Amino acid sequence: MIKDYFALALKNLKKRGIRSWLTLIGILIGVAAVISLISLGNGLKAAVNSQFNIGSTEVLTVQAGGISGYGPPGSGAVKPLTEDDARAIGKISSVQVSIAREVRSVKLIYNNKAAFTYAATVPDNLQQDNYLYKIADLKMQSGKLIYQGDRGVIVIGSNLADSTKNQLGRDLKVGDKVQINGGDFKVQGILEKQGSFIVDNAILMNEKDLQELLGYGDQVDIIEVKVADESLMNQTQNAIENLMRQRRDVKAGQEDFQVTTPQASLNSVNQILFGIQIFIIIIASISIFVGAIGITNTMMTSVMERKREIGIMKSIGARNDQIFYQFFIEAGLLGLIGGVLGIILGTGIGYVGTAALNAFIGSSAQPQISFFLLFFTALGSFTIGSAAGIIPAIRASHERPVEDIRA
Amino acid sequence: MDEIIKLEEVWKIYNEGEENQVIALKNINLHVKRGDFIAVMGPSGSGKSTGMNLIGSLDIPSHGKIFLDQHNISHLSESDLAQVRGKKIGFIFQQFNLIPNLTAKENVMLPMIFQEMDEIERIIKAESLLKMMELGDRMDHYPSELSGGQQQRVAIARALANDPEVILADEPTGNLDTHTGEVVMKFLNKLNNEGKTIIIVTHDPDLALEHSKKIYWIKDGQIERVTEKIKGKWKTLKKVPNE
Repeated sequence: MIKDYFALALKNLKKRGIRSWLTLIGILIGVAAVISLISLGNGLKAAVNSQFNIGSTEVLTVQAGGISGYGPPGSGAVKPLTEDDARAIGKISSVQVSIAREVRSVKLIYNNKAAFTYAATVPDNLQQDNYLYKIADLKMQSGKLIYQGDRGVIVIGSNLADSTKNQLGRDLKVGDKVQINGGDFKVQGILEKQGSFIVDNAILMNEKDLQELLGYGDQVDIIEVKVADESLMNQTQNAIENLMRQRRDVKAGQEDFQVTTPQASLNSVNQILFGIQIFIIIIASISIFVGAIGITNTMMTSVMERKREIGIMKSIGARNDQIFYQFFIEAGLLGLIGGVLGIILGTGIGYVGTAALNAFIGSSAQPQISFFLLFFTALGSFTIGSAAGIIPAIRASHERPVEDIRA
Repeated sequence: MDEIIKLEEVWKIYNEGEENQVIALKNINLHVKRGDFIAVMGPSGSGKSTGMNLIGSLDIPSHGKIFLDQHNISHLSESDLAQVRGKKIGFIFQQFNLIPNLTAKENVMLPMIFQEMDEIERIIKAESLLKMMELGDRMDHYPSELSGGQQQRVAIARALANDPEVILADEPTGNLDTHTGEVVMKFLNKLNNEGKTIIIVTHDPDLALEHSKKIYWIKDGQIERVTEKIKGKWKTLKKVPNE
């Protein structure tokens, strides 16, 4: 019998004017927001992670504390790390390799124009070079990477090679000669676009070259630590912290250095994403609530307009509950239609958005859309619609036929 | 012959006990035998519509008892009344009162849905009723695509959907021209000949005199007189003295 009420409700919906359909916008937007949010989740995470260059999960980063928030990492440190620190960390048993790196602001001159960017060092050690490139997962657009013994050459990020982004007025190509802080260098390779502002604007050079240019002694900005196994991450982090406390003579809780894991970075990224999600869900809830009120309103109007019809149905034998179900289901279908339109829009946004993110950062995230998500969203919209229709449906079922037929 | 409808000392008073109290029906006694063709006659405001609502179980009396097929329906709940009228009474209205969103066939099927009849059965029944009303080629038309006479015939088919004991028609020809009115009355006569009890409410004496077998003349909420056609001639059965 319930099937008949669905058929009747559909018949009635077909005759509805644009006014009724406009009330569905609330539900539509709410559902679209939720669906696109969920389906974009993967892509968003990939995008944020790549922006902050969170790659390999077996890598720890050690930096000196007192980060001022200005300049490259480590540059604001009161008491910098040293090459000895890097070597000491390298001796911890669970550490596979410990790489000391410098990251410094530099001025690059080419075509009589200057670009201000930063240079990151590559160790003059073949084994460490191999680890570093494996960790960073760098791919070449052209040319080749810097290894032990490669002096007077640089590898540049994709933005630096691109005349529209490098402020040099001309593309930089492999073989081009540039000046960096007064020293002559030749471009040996260009990195593929990574989608990370950190990598795409970087200059890579041999650590000895940068040392000669800037003369910072044995000072080190970042120590990158490759841990032997992912399961040893926490243990290694503690070991490094203990070691560094000893070496720097500080008590627990007063560290002037920090050891960060990709997990910690991921967590903070996820926290930001979670905050955004909560915000969107609140907006979506308000939108759906307003939509539900809209459905109550349009159903109420509909009951008024169809008083006579209700009276007729009662006079030909409709019980109160039969009238109730007709309006209840009609309201539910209104909600369902809004929900389905929202699902279509949200799925569209999910696919287009993920594709756009993928194109932008070169990732290959897939939109997260499952049958269950769509099914329960549709079911939920029907439920919201029918719940919004309860009061109008009760109103309708209590209409008195005598008064209505003659109206 | 047994009685299908009986009204015993029925009163209908609006706003009873208040200053603006209106007495619509005063102490009505009325008996309808199975298979009869009754006309309730009276000018507008006489209370005949109120009477029809009570007979049709659309409304309950203020005082007195109403029996439908031996059952007292005076105090039934709204939903129980709906079930009773759905089974026992078929309504025909002056304004046809078809549901505009439904086709002729769907309109005829609607009372059967409310009686929870099986779908196949509903379709077969609706089609055969519409064919009987000579609307076999109009079954999938919407009311707005039908003439007044056709709409009223759909309404008759709908009234017959649940095989009611009584057909209750309120000014069935009121919105029709003379010719189509005649066609509609012809169908009602045919149904009566087949054994259905017909009650029409009208203010048109010619209609009542031509088609019915018994006329209740109502004035000021009371039955003024009752006339019956016996062997082709109208005779006054009783005269209710004015108070």
